[in-house]
Amino acid sequence: MPSVELRKRIVTIEEIFHEGGPRAATPYRRAAILCVLRNPFAGRYVENIVGFSDDLKPLGLEMAHALIKALGGDAGAIQGYGKGAIVGAAGEIEHGALWHAPGGYAMREALGGAKAIVPSTKKVGGPGARLDVPITHINASYVRSHFDSIEVGIADAPRADEIVLILAMTTGPRVHARAGGLKLEEISGQDGLR
Amino acid sequence: MKARIRKIVVVVEETRREMGRPVEPPTRRAAAIAVIENPFAGRYVADLGELIDIGEELGALLAERALAALGVAGPQAQSYGKAAAVGEDGELEHAAAILHPKLGAPVRKALGKGAALIPSSKKRGGPGVPFDIPLGHKDAAFVRSHFDGMEVRVADAPRANEIVVAVALTDSGRPAPRIGGLKASEIKGEDGLR
Repeated sequence: MPSVELRKRIVTIEEIFHEGGPRAATPYRRAAILCVLRNPFAGRYVENIVGFSDDLKPLGLEMAHALIKALGGDAGAIQGYGKGAIVGAAGEIEHGALWHAPGGYAMREALGGAKAIVPSTKKVGGPGARLDVPITHINASYVRSHFDSIEVGIADAPRADEIVLILAMTTGPRVHARAGGLKLEEISGQDGLR
Repeated sequence: MKARIRKIVVVVEETRREMGRPVEPPTRRAAAIAVIENPFAGRYVADLGELIDIGEELGALLAERALAALGVAGPQAQSYGKAAAVGEDGELEHAAAILHPKLGAPVRKALGKGAALIPSSKKRGGPGVPFDIPLGHKDAAFVRSHFDGMEVRVADAPRANEIVVAVALTDSGRPAPRIGGLKASEIKGEDGLR
């Protein structure tokens, strides 16, 4: 499979103190890492692409660790995650789908075996396209306080022959979480759901 | 602190390839962005002193955050810029009060020097409005390799009664500068221009 050729990497960290309600004792943080790479399949239909997924594993791990580092370096502090991809105009959505396995694997590995499925979204778009990356709790998808998302995008990417790969992590519930549902202290955390 | 900060966002961009060519070392720029309440939203206030003081606080805070994100000591920063986006119930003059009178001094203090004018821009807009922070060499405004800009945005800000304030720092110029002009190695760095 072709090599992974990185053009640019972006790390963005949001620190949220309040959203009109009481000020959080510890600010809620959500962060994303975005990597812009060349789409080796741009401009033509390639049948056999799945091997590229394995080629992305080292990059995924590097991104997951960099993101944890950006959030303070303690993997134990990470409570939510998500992932996504934006494929440039000369590519197909299927190319973005190659990120599902390595992106998910990387975060589970870096977080020491998180149980929940990593929520994701993807699209084909031009430079500056925005993506709302969904986020849920790392061990129990139904924890309602941790349903969140982070909007990301890069002014000059993806170019037509590029892909933007994204991982996102958060450090807790939404800053004023009060919409009921399954609570963090109620989960068993075994099946990835509750 | 006078500023009522709702949120801080830090973005680091690292460019590793440009037009297919490796950039070694990668060029890096960081923006630290604060979302604050606009104390004068929705009414005309003649004396903008409170915002001027807020600018001073934010200069120190945002320069520190941007430097930390770059992971370099102050003197290693090479270029800088500042910008603000005012929510719909505020005036451009509010952005001016934050940016121009007192924000620069603490930024320069954090960098050890900074003889050049800090390039700036401002606008009014709604949540998610993109704004471009102009960048110039910190000691000599005419260094052509360091003329640059960084687009930033915060998806949920500024709300009508908020102001988004950003300081950007870099440890490098553009990724592939080749249009001549004054070089960083040629400057005196005394008058802020050359």
